[in-house]
Amino acid sequence: MSEPTPSPSIDLAAIRRRLEGAHGPALWRSLDELAQAPEFAEFLEHEFPRQAAAIHTAVDRRDFLKLMSASLGLAGLSACTKQPEELIVPYVRQPEGLVLGLATSYATAMPLGGYGVGLLAESHEYRPTKVEGNPDHPSSLGGTDASIQGSVLGLYDPDRSKTILSAGQIRPWSAFLDAVTAMRTGQAAKGGAGLRILTGTVTSPTLAAQLGELLRQMPQARWCQWEADGRDTVRAGARLAFGGDTPPQAVYDFDKATVGLILDADVGQEGPGRLRYARDIARARRVERGDRKLRLYAIESFPSPTGSVAEHRLPVRSSDVEALARAIAAAAGLRVRPIDAPVVKQHQAFVKAVGADLRRAGSSAVVVAGHGQPAAVHALAHALNEALGAVGTTVRLSEPVEAGPTDELASLRELVAEMRGGKVDCLVMLGVNPVLTAPVDLEFGKALEQVPLRLHLGLYNDETATLCHWHVPETHYLESWSDVRGHDGVVTILQPLIAPLYDGRTAHEVVAAVAGTSGRSSYELVRDHWKTVRATADDATWAQWLQDGIVPDTAAAPVDVRVRGDWDTTPLPAALPPDQLELIFRQDPYLHDGRFANNGWLQELPKPLTKITWANPVFLAPATAERLGVQNKQVVELAVDGRSVRGPVWIVPGQARGSVVVHFGQGRRHGGELARGHGFDAFALRTMAGLHVAAGATVTPTGDITAVACTQDHQSMEGRPLVRRGTLGQWRAHPDFAQHETHVPTADESMFPPWEYSGHTWGMAIDLTACTGCMACVAACVAENNIAVVGKEQILRGREMHWLRVDRYFGGSLDAPEIFAQPVPCMQCENAPCEVVCPVNATVHSSEGLNDMVYNRCVGTRYCSNNCPYKVRRFNYFLFQDWQTETFKMARNPDVTVRSRGVMEKCTYCVQRIEEVRARAKREQRPIKDGEIVTACQQACPSEAIVFGDLNDPQSRVAALRKDPRSYNLLAELNTRPRTTYLAAVTNPNPDLAKEA
Amino acid sequence: MTPDASIDEQGQALPASLIGPGHTFGTITEKISSIVLSRRTPTWWFLTFGVAFLFMNLMLLTIVNLVFRGIGLWGPNVPVGWGFDIINFVWWIGIGHAGTLISAILLLLKQTWRQSINRFAEAMTLFAVACAGLYPLLHTGRPWLDYWLFPYPNTMAMWPNFRSPLIWDVFAISTYATVSLLFWYVGLIPDLATLRDRSTNPVGRVVYGLLSMGWRGSARHWHRYEMASLLLAALSTPLVVSVHSIVSLDFAVSVIPGWHATVFPPYFVAGAVFAGFAMVLTLAIPLRRLYGLQDFITDRHLDNMARVMLATGLVVGYGYMVEAFMAWYSGSLFEAYMMLNRFAGPYAASYWALILCNVLAIQALWFKRVRQSPALLMVVAMFVNVGMWLERYVIIVVSLSRDFLPSSWGLYAGTKWDWGMYLGTLGFFLTLFLLFIRYLPMISIFEMRTMLPESKVETEEAHA
Repeated sequence: MSEPTPSPSIDLAAIRRRLEGAHGPALWRSLDELAQAPEFAEFLEHEFPRQAAAIHTAVDRRDFLKLMSASLGLAGLSACTKQPEELIVPYVRQPEGLVLGLATSYATAMPLGGYGVGLLAESHEYRPTKVEGNPDHPSSLGGTDASIQGSVLGLYDPDRSKTILSAGQIRPWSAFLDAVTAMRTGQAAKGGAGLRILTGTVTSPTLAAQLGELLRQMPQARWCQWEADGRDTVRAGARLAFGGDTPPQAVYDFDKATVGLILDADVGQEGPGRLRYARDIARARRVERGDRKLRLYAIESFPSPTGSVAEHRLPVRSSDVEALARAIAAAAGLRVRPIDAPVVKQHQAFVKAVGADLRRAGSSAVVVAGHGQPAAVHALAHALNEALGAVGTTVRLSEPVEAGPTDELASLRELVAEMRGGKVDCLVMLGVNPVLTAPVDLEFGKALEQVPLRLHLGLYNDETATLCHWHVPETHYLESWSDVRGHDGVVTILQPLIAPLYDGRTAHEVVAAVAGTSGRSSYELVRDHWKTVRATADDATWAQWLQDGIVPDTAAAPVDVRVRGDWDTTPLPAALPPDQLELIFRQDPYLHDGRFANNGWLQELPKPLTKITWANPVFLAPATAERLGVQNKQVVELAVDGRSVRGPVWIVPGQARGSVVVHFGQGRRHGGELARGHGFDAFALRTMAGLHVAAGATVTPTGDITAVACTQDHQSMEGRPLVRRGTLGQWRAHPDFAQHETHVPTADESMFPPWEYSGHTWGMAIDLTACTGCMACVAACVAENNIAVVGKEQILRGREMHWLRVDRYFGGSLDAPEIFAQPVPCMQCENAPCEVVCPVNATVHSSEGLNDMVYNRCVGTRYCSNNCPYKVRRFNYFLFQDWQTETFKMARNPDVTVRSRGVMEKCTYCVQRIEEVRARAKREQRPIKDGEIVTACQQACPSEAIVFGDLNDPQSRVAALRKDPRSYNLLAELNTRPRTTYLAAVTNPNPDLAKEA
Repeated sequence: MTPDASIDEQGQALPASLIGPGHTFGTITEKISSIVLSRRTPTWWFLTFGVAFLFMNLMLLTIVNLVFRGIGLWGPNVPVGWGFDIINFVWWIGIGHAGTLISAILLLLKQTWRQSINRFAEAMTLFAVACAGLYPLLHTGRPWLDYWLFPYPNTMAMWPNFRSPLIWDVFAISTYATVSLLFWYVGLIPDLATLRDRSTNPVGRVVYGLLSMGWRGSARHWHRYEMASLLLAALSTPLVVSVHSIVSLDFAVSVIPGWHATVFPPYFVAGAVFAGFAMVLTLAIPLRRLYGLQDFITDRHLDNMARVMLATGLVVGYGYMVEAFMAWYSGSLFEAYMMLNRFAGPYAASYWALILCNVLAIQALWFKRVRQSPALLMVVAMFVNVGMWLERYVIIVVSLSRDFLPSSWGLYAGTKWDWGMYLGTLGFFLTLFLLFIRYLPMISIFEMRTMLPESKVETEEAHA
């Protein structure tokens, strides 16, 4: 507009007169308008030339309505699309059992490798956000492990397969049913001769019954099973020892044991009973048991959490374990054929001492072999247990839990041969990824391409799915109705916590479709199965099963069998020459066979003892690395049988000299953004002959160096008394042996009187005798407290966000070191160094002794972190939280603030859980009971190493533990007065071996 | 301190070594003001300014990126929560100290030789504080909330935590910046009036006229000026000691081995003066050559500054010795390890480089030949500039990288953005400094005039 011209004077009197004469609510825009100034009219014309006519003429009612409706219509245009009409209705009557803001728990179970662990899943407004072990379930007793904790994130994984795909096209379920029906009609004619079903190990009674029914319909069809980290050796060993088609399986009662021999087994970390065993071992290792305290001997090639707490740990190559086991068995009084290997001569004293100790322990001894050991070692363990009289006390033999125990490798090999021979018309793969996990020399992928119809059910659009004609997204276990058995056979009904997020189906539905009985939901399939199995079970009983998370009287029946006299007749393996390298394949401790590879929590969780994240290096013993002339992070070419992969070296003290250990599960080609591009695919080296151990591996150094994201670079305690460990003898002589390592300032050294805590005052005690460093607590902390995943680059910069970490130290020799683990949460210091230095009072002490972090107030100077002697504070250097992905928003715990960029965060002792219990207790007008508040780390710990409670309550467990003579403060000499205290570890070494050392 | 000090105190005519021969009131005024009032700007000025301006823009780029993307662009982590940010903060703050020392303490001690260097030393102080101040403001996770560090009335009813040394820092630095600015500006007023009077450029006349606040040079003005200067000098004097003492408390108050040391305040103050004089030399030596100011900044000045550097450098060296001694004498496992880690840890190279720069290199200053050779002095000053940066690197990074729990030990490395900010603030500093020498008298004209024998006589007479 041009320069405004001064308007001619307005005749106010005239205006007033006109307004007085008007009726109704007269609206006017400006004095100019009222004055009907010609300038105003001109302005209007300039501004709205097309409407000028309308403005100048008087507006009648009809035109007014026209204009108004046009305006409204135009206003609507700006919204672009018409929103569909959707009714939203608030809760008029709140659904029964739902109180907004209060979490509810449902019992379910997580199947892994076919076996289930009973869980209680926490649901916030119908969203599962966290799982805990079901205390009533024998495979858990309340404990969980990292993979279970991480599984919740798997539910919300945005990379999950979401739609039914056929040749890359999204198709409806009905189209899939049509394809299956067509196949079925063809197959029915020939008795299913061309139909093959491939599953993992199955314990689900419903699925087993469905498959049985299908096989009855089509007798020529076959059901094969394949688990990458399967238990073929366990089954073969039992068959060797006991004979028969369905040999019994062993369940161990470590809590009754006083001497345990572990033969290359990671009992607390692997296998169906891992959590129960970890708990039993921890209980059996309690100091209070005195002379009955469990003494563990571990012979292992790679340091395992359980092995790391063993009193006597012998690192030997996996291939040498059998020779040692035979020698020990002989020393314990069992007649076995010896293997003449140098390793036996080398460890004569160990062999003799262990043999004698086992014999002394007799029926309270227990011998366990790892599934990476050949069948003969398992048979030997059975024979030795029987000879010692342990069967019946520490070892229970029962009917197999698996629905169709079979030699999985043989069944897979046969399947591939048939596929190659063109005998398979249709292969249905349920929840498996054999293209990735099958032994590489089977060339499963190539054979698969010869199958005319390939159907796949899976959580991800993975390596197998991409080669299939039909891919059906599988439901996550938290979305499924199903059932599963625990390590001792106890059945849990899986109940869904949420409707399937995507178009997912269970294996039950797919099998029903193949069997021609589609149309029934998973719920009906499971419910009906149990109606037929337990005719007496009415709805109330069913509800009880669901509520308890266990179906009573389903434990595997005990069997009374004896070891065959001629079990030890198989040809003995030749001893591997001492200078030869063996290559050991292990499943990734968290990612398993790669099924959790797209899980950020698990990728970022430091591996037990090695503390590696986001990768799977080539693990070497220090001596081996020295001999090969390789360094940490140096890329090597690892070759066996003409196949090779490249990966960085990581040297692990305590690994067996001559063993090369790789974890499979990384280096995926499909299956999500995080699954791809980290580490190498160790399956590329894994053959049928060398499923667990391959002899004759070569390691060739290359010139490359690559970054390995490790969260703890330093291995030694530098002579500082951080983890304190003594023997049973020392403890007896000086129960307070741990308390005199450093000067502990007394309370009267301060000028100020100590603060009086009149109400609660929280504290935590961590028993280092129990802790194995399995990392379940850290995973639980991540899940509970919405801890962000930062990625490999940031870990390399030292910016991981874990509030709780498990420190690992080595002591003694490089080759056979003592291994220490120490969980370090915030110490909630009474004299907290972080609190004084915060310039804005963002970290302050609560009236109950907690060191509170006020995120809103934090400006991020990081001084508190610098001044924290325990370095437990974590800083959001970037916006680490994913605020974009919709599904992750559902995964978060609504009780915990989601931290943003630029603020410090740290362990809060799960203050949200404290407040939740406080509110409940207040509502019920009663005091808070000891043990009612359970922190996430404490709840997850399979070893019950962590105890939390009120120090002001003299009856509380934590107060008692604080008074225990073993109790000590970390860095007490700094006078920080931590609320988290440690109980020194007490071991029970064999006096005969202690003398040797 | 100087052999001529006694003469100064007696009010005798200064030896010619502090001012070139043959100068009168007129020549001094002409020489200094012509640099500012000349219409011709030297080519080297444009070249240097261009480079400095470029780096200043690198700083702006870094700041924008930092605020939008996060402090993670810089290198800190856990355990090393501070890196280049605080190293550079302390380095810049330390540099500023020479200016305050020269203008305040030397004024009170009647060290008249300071008069030719105090103006640009004070300017250096101001610009160094400006650079220093950027770091603590930007190194926070949420810089837009930095104002929470100030005690201001707010609806949250929150005070800052007065126990935190960072709050003490806020007060120390802001006081320091304010007093330094006032002192510098008050000192400029008579010279601004000179420029106003001599300027032929109408814009210059208006701007200098406004800035000179109506100074007419009356006796009353001079009287008030002298009083104000003395008062400001008295105010500044404790700041010389307090500011860096408080900065040192950022470390000494903590529990970290290598930080938690009672020697820190004096050792930091000495280090600051040491670094400051090195920077004054770094600026003075090229300036006197480029502008032909050898008559005003004489070899005597260089010699005196070198002596101060040597003295404070020896105090700093003593600080290093005490640190090592206390590490052993304390009997603390952690302190002992801290020292061993400095000697032979992953950052040992930086520690030994620091010893080379701050302890060994300055021993050359015992020799008069070195002290009076601008080229050699420049080399030594450069060593000290680098050495004092390394000192803060060793204190901050090396101490944090290995503290109590070996599990948490970790390494630190500055990122390209750390370097961007450091080089950027160097550019910012130089930009400001070049603008200063172009548009303001870098040497105090009226104070130089008082150094001529004529003025002394008048003073004598006035007293008589």
